[in-house]
Amino acid sequence: MNGSDIRLFARHNAIPLLAGAVFAAMFVLYLALQPRGVTVGTLVTASNKGVLLALIACAQTLPVLTGGIDLSVGAIAVLANCLASTLLGGSGLSLVGGVAATLAAGALAGGFNAVAVVWGRLQPIIATLATSSIFYGISLLLRPDPGGDINDDFASALTGDIHGIPTTLIILLAVLLLFWLPFRRTLIGRGVYAVGSAEAAAYMSGVRIARSKACAYVLSGVLASLAGLLLTLIAESAQASAIQAGDLTLNAIAAVVIGGTSLFGGIGGLVGSVIGAFILRTIGDLLFVLAASPLWQPLFQGLILLAAVSLGAIPLLRNRNRLESFR
Amino acid sequence: MSGAPSRALATRAALASRIDLPLFASSLCILAILAIGAAFNPSVVSPHYLIQQLQSAAFLGIVAFGAMLVILLGHIDLSVPWTVAAAAMVSTGLAGQGGAGGGGGGLLALPIALAVGAAIGFVNGLGVAYLRIPSMIFTLGVNAVLQGLMVLYTGGSAPPSTAPPIARALSGGHLIPGVANAIPIWALLGVLVTVLLRATPFGRAVYAIGNRERAAYMSGMPVRRVVLGCFTLAGCASALAGLLVTGYAGKAYQGMGDIYLLPAIAAVVLGGTSIMGGRGRTSGTVAGTILIVLLQSMLAVMQMPDAGRQIIYGMVIFVMLLIYGRGHVLRT
Repeated sequence: MNGSDIRLFARHNAIPLLAGAVFAAMFVLYLALQPRGVTVGTLVTASNKGVLLALIACAQTLPVLTGGIDLSVGAIAVLANCLASTLLGGSGLSLVGGVAATLAAGALAGGFNAVAVVWGRLQPIIATLATSSIFYGISLLLRPDPGGDINDDFASALTGDIHGIPTTLIILLAVLLLFWLPFRRTLIGRGVYAVGSAEAAAYMSGVRIARSKACAYVLSGVLASLAGLLLTLIAESAQASAIQAGDLTLNAIAAVVIGGTSLFGGIGGLVGSVIGAFILRTIGDLLFVLAASPLWQPLFQGLILLAAVSLGAIPLLRNRNRLESFR
Repeated sequence: MSGAPSRALATRAALASRIDLPLFASSLCILAILAIGAAFNPSVVSPHYLIQQLQSAAFLGIVAFGAMLVILLGHIDLSVPWTVAAAAMVSTGLAGQGGAGGGGGGLLALPIALAVGAAIGFVNGLGVAYLRIPSMIFTLGVNAVLQGLMVLYTGGSAPPSTAPPIARALSGGHLIPGVANAIPIWALLGVLVTVLLRATPFGRAVYAIGNRERAAYMSGMPVRRVVLGCFTLAGCASALAGLLVTGYAGKAYQGMGDIYLLPAIAAVVLGGTSIMGGRGRTSGTVAGTILIVLLQSMLAVMQMPDAGRQIIYGMVIFVMLLIYGRGHVLRT
């Protein structure tokens, strides 16, 4: 990579790079102020909470890149949580089967969204609103009362550490390196971006629009169910909670935007969303170690979120003609 | 979110169809729900029950009118939950019984609630119209800030004072014998919104902006002021609903607005308003609201467990959308 390549990379990834720097500063501050000192334990706890939101933010990113949105990612995660809590009690092969079944359920849910959006031609925002109600209903059927029976060894292995590195962080890195980076270069992956930036132009250039869009929703379902699986292992129980599903969905949208993905589609990626999710999580932790009064914490969190998304107004200053700001 | 050609096609198709399919289909669906409900429990078709349903529908319907104004622009207001709660909490806190200014029947509660709603809507409008932040994320941030402010204001619980008499009178009083006041208020607002949308330059600008913002700007419409105005009105609508719900429940409480956000959007869309903006009618929103409220209530009457209720609720919205909410095939 020579100098101009680096400059080009920096210009194309300005927001994720900036967000990454902000996160690094916040996390270092958190570790410095943290009373128990930097131990593997603190890293594992931080990673478990951060990776959970990061995976849901990743799930949200794919539909957003196509210019759509998936308001059911939280409900799919809760559905996977409830399903996994009934399947992960055994050991050996039954455990592998449980994990596979949970991810398959996520793919199925995402597939349902894909059918609604691509072949049903419904607006994603309203179609996934309806399906999230259906997915939540199924979660209630699977788990009417909170609880669950999870294999302890399996749960602690996947939510612990390997040679000092949190296992959940390794899972997240695996998703980014083994799935996202190769996927982005495939025909379907490029189609996801093309559909999001100009659907008509993508169609005219022979991009298989339906296939790219459908893949985005199905993979979104798989990633959301992976997050649900992780939630099951961290909490070692499950609860069909509409509030949790809503919180996860909305926080995922916020993380996606903070990570530099455009809600209009075509710009952004999973790496930015992961950083966005980490920033959102660290805000809460920072407020805690700064000993902010619990009554003030929600307000600070809200103000920081609002300030972060308002930074999106900066490109407006570059407009020479007011017309440029209207779509 | 979709490209230009699909929006143009949608407009042409809307012009081509003379009958109002969404209104027709949702009215049929309402009748079907009533018929099924009556088969389970004949008292469902009694005037008493229906008026009770209309009262619940009025709360949702007022929120839905505000949501419709914003959706017609092609935007969305996700700050509804805490706008409802903040207006209710501040107005009962300041003018409720046991509050500081509780005298005079708490008459001040109404202007206070509306002012809170207008202020919140104004901030939303500033962010969306002037800072050009996507409404979905900006209103989400405003909702989070409001939640923080209310936790600070109430100390994380419900305000100690109870609903001011004016809130009780507005939602549960009976100016027309047997009909709760919330219903005529909802009807009156429906007329006002219809006139605003159909007979004023402001209303024409709302549809124009929803169809193509850039063209509206080029034709000299005050685009940013209209967007600001719609968000402000939507804030007022949520605030009024908050005050009425407080009068109905007797108190303002945490999370009181949570149950209105998504059903209001669903009601607007089921009523035939395009979520992309530019197309939709007040009559449809009223039908959509009644449909949602009756569906929820009927599933409760049939003693359906919550899981089944959620699934059927989602499926009905889904099927209704498949009947008339579909986009058009992308062609050259």
